[in-house]
Amino acid sequence: MDDFWLFLTILGQCLLVMVGVLISLAFLLYMDRKVWAAVQLRRGPNVVGPFGLLQSFADFLKFVMKEIVIPAGADRAVFLLAPMLTFVLASIAWVAIPFAEGWVISDMNVGILYLFAISSLGVYGVIMGGWAGNSKYPFLGGLRSAAQMVSYEVSIGFVIVCVLLMVGSLNLTDIVLAQDGAGIFSWFFLKQPVMFIVFFISALAETNRPPFDLPEAESELVAGYQVEYSSTPYLLFMIGEYMNIVMMCALTTILFLGGWLSPIGVGHGMFWFVLKVVFCFFMFAMVKAIVPRYRYDQLMRLGWKVFLPLSLAFVVLTASFMKIFDVQPWAYTDEAREMGRGAMMIEAPASTTEPAKTEES
Amino acid sequence: MATDWARAGWYLAMMDFVGGFRVGMKYFFKPKATLNYPHEKGPQSPRFRGEHALRRYPSGEERCIACKLCEAICPAQAIHIDAEPREDGSRRTTRYDIDMTKCIYCGFCQEACPVDAIVEGPNFEFATETREELFYNKEKLLDNGDRWEGVIARNLELDAAYR
Amino acid sequence: MQAIAFYLFATVACVAGTLVVFARNPVHSVLWLILAFFSTAGLFVLMGAEFLAMLLMIIYVGAVAVLFLFVVMMLDIDFAELRGRVAQYLPLGLAIGVVLIVELSVGFAAWNGMEKKIIDSGTVYGTTNAHALGGVVYTKYVYAFQASGLILLVAMVGAIVLTLRHREGVKTQDVWAQMQRDPKTAVELKDVRPGQSL
Repeated sequence: MDDFWLFLTILGQCLLVMVGVLISLAFLLYMDRKVWAAVQLRRGPNVVGPFGLLQSFADFLKFVMKEIVIPAGADRAVFLLAPMLTFVLASIAWVAIPFAEGWVISDMNVGILYLFAISSLGVYGVIMGGWAGNSKYPFLGGLRSAAQMVSYEVSIGFVIVCVLLMVGSLNLTDIVLAQDGAGIFSWFFLKQPVMFIVFFISALAETNRPPFDLPEAESELVAGYQVEYSSTPYLLFMIGEYMNIVMMCALTTILFLGGWLSPIGVGHGMFWFVLKVVFCFFMFAMVKAIVPRYRYDQLMRLGWKVFLPLSLAFVVLTASFMKIFDVQPWAYTDEAREMGRGAMMIEAPASTTEPAKTEES
Repeated sequence: MATDWARAGWYLAMMDFVGGFRVGMKYFFKPKATLNYPHEKGPQSPRFRGEHALRRYPSGEERCIACKLCEAICPAQAIHIDAEPREDGSRRTTRYDIDMTKCIYCGFCQEACPVDAIVEGPNFEFATETREELFYNKEKLLDNGDRWEGVIARNLELDAAYR
Repeated sequence: MQAIAFYLFATVACVAGTLVVFARNPVHSVLWLILAFFSTAGLFVLMGAEFLAMLLMIIYVGAVAVLFLFVVMMLDIDFAELRGRVAQYLPLGLAIGVVLIVELSVGFAAWNGMEKKIIDSGTVYGTTNAHALGGVVYTKYVYAFQASGLILLVAMVGAIVLTLRHREGVKTQDVWAQMQRDPKTAVELKDVRPGQSL
């Protein structure tokens, strides 16, 4: 019976987060378009609802009402599976995101790895969608996207390792708590400024945002892997894509901008988390507005010849710095142990034959 | 080539991006250049060539005398006219069709017209949902003339000085 | 709850594994393979080995299987025709299968009889997966661990050497040189008079 109630509670939490994320996504989409329009001296959506605030909902209705077109030569199962996969993967990533201290559905020990794994799975939606349409432009878009995402995942991985070296834990709550202290001055973006920028740019590439939107380049691939999609499947692709973008904003916030911590050191809370995510999203939108698109070989060069060596060098640098100056990762400090979140020191081999006692079971 | 370290530093610090961001933010707060279209419209020249209309004399008599000059000059061959003498002996059109899907809005018809009957009015918002609705007949054109007569007359008057 | 999850993941893994072999379309095979990986990751999580589960997802599903999918999608082979010659390869395949089964059963038999050494290997319960794994991998098994890394490095270098070709006379973009250019060195203003050439 307890199990049942636990199940219901978790289900409720999931629903709450999903609804919250989806609704804020609608307004973030609106914000994206408004920011882009403002930089280009346009007005942006301003007809549906006050100031056009309900534009996203109108678009949602439009997509849902349209007819689903499946190309004749398409692999129907894979064709319809791809957008669903994209959407589901984008939404299940949110279980690990801590919105405030303790406000997380699953405070898992490998939270950051979980997010990394989920975002690396995102490539399947794109590549399956591109292939299943049995059409050449989507296929090219899918291939491009797969190569791009796999390339930039490598540098994202190393950036994450840099942060993990300083934290000493894979838990997202730990990562945020490790940035507590002197307000804005103890956030990681000041300790790892280069990695912060590398992460931000890689996040752009990972989510196929301009200036790295080669997979859907409107001018050559007529929207890439989404060419054959219409109606609800297309909508799922789009929601999934934007959810990934917001997820990357949340990840930037958690890794470098101190999550829910307030910049002045007091009054922590979800408000700050949301504010920082919106700021990151604003930066994403601004980059879309001001940076010209990369050519594909430039994209690959940036990923493999610039970011990979740079982030690898910073992993070595960070580790050496911590070793030489004897800086302990946060999880091994007394401060962390007082909060009951620190890691246990690995003791000398002893015959501890006690049964396993894992925290999450 | 000698390495220019100052420029390398400039690129590394992404100063071009910062500059671009500053320009972007400058334009972000500028007044918008676009019109709020269905509610606001841009200024229109008196010579604007929009939807066609057949005009009438103030007495209510239609101007067109079925000379077919417009039909002859139309480069897209969008105009089709049939004519017969009316009961009172005057020469009038029995049929005056313009295929608006063919029309290129060159304005030759209104230039050719000796009696200022066929004119291109100021209206440009006549999109339809079907193709058939764009095959205008005499009735529709005369109706347009009645509806837009005020604006058309003023435009012709304004433009007359330059002809 | 755990039992239900276990049987769910196990069944899905087995079914997906079978379908990898029996799927007509090779792309479907790879997709089933991904599902099998995914269910295996689920099994790892059930065992409390969440770190391994995530590594499996990131490395095998996120990177290796993508490359598989890449290759399979680009292949233009008539697989129906290949399938007709299954009988030709059947004996060899069966032989390999039998060898694998025998090896696995021998391994399991030995493992069952063995006392569980992992408990005494210096791992402390109550730490997280990553800490426990690191505590073993970087102390007791450090040589084996580094050696496996070295093997991968050698494989990578080998693959690069095999495929890297320097072609003469190919014009490529030198980004660094381009960034170093400025109008002072790149542009020369000449006053050309009408009717005259340079």
